[in-house]
Amino acid sequence: MSIVLDVFVNIVAIILTLIGIFFFVVGTVGILRLPDFYCRTHAATKCDTLGAGSILLGVAIYEKFSFDAFKTLLLVVLVILSSPTAGHAIARAAYRRGLVPWRKKPLELYREMEEE
Amino acid sequence: MASFYLTVAVILIVNAFLCLYRAGRGPTVPDRILAINIVGTKTLVVLVLLAYIFNQPMYLDIALVYGLLNFIVTIAAARYMETGKIKGDWEI
Repeated sequence: MSIVLDVFVNIVAIILTLIGIFFFVVGTVGILRLPDFYCRTHAATKCDTLGAGSILLGVAIYEKFSFDAFKTLLLVVLVILSSPTAGHAIARAAYRRGLVPWRKKPLELYREMEEE
Repeated sequence: MASFYLTVAVILIVNAFLCLYRAGRGPTVPDRILAINIVGTKTLVVLVLLAYIFNQPMYLDIALVYGLLNFIVTIAAARYMETGKIKGDWEI
């Protein structure tokens, strides 16, 4: 019975860690490839929060909720609270400094031609 | 499980270096701040993984302090970019 429980805990921890790696890679691709600062914030903050939270949760589950795992859960709470707040602060500062959001250029040109 | 943690840490470090490209190249200032924030979060996760690889629980406290410092640095840089001053009221 205990062996079955161990195998189940390992499988859950490994699946959570793989989900976290997937979201980290998606966030990295987003921050490298998206065209604008606001789009990059959208990709990076969400994927970063979910990736870090899920990897740390997987590690805490694998360590069977000992005292170190409790500290890891505290880190999960810290990441989930702080990362969206930081992203919101940067986006608000950029918007108040007058950073113009990105638009599709060919569509804009087409609309101008249509108005003329 | 230690080799699995080590693989995860190596993947995260490669991702962090790819994010450093945006921090160095980035056209605007908030791009750089965002990239540094994300590198900090990845470093936090790598520190936690290293704590379990080398079986040293002290690294968890370092990771906690690193996360708090990362958050404060990002907030302070965003505030300085928004208002142009360090001390004083939050609103412009």
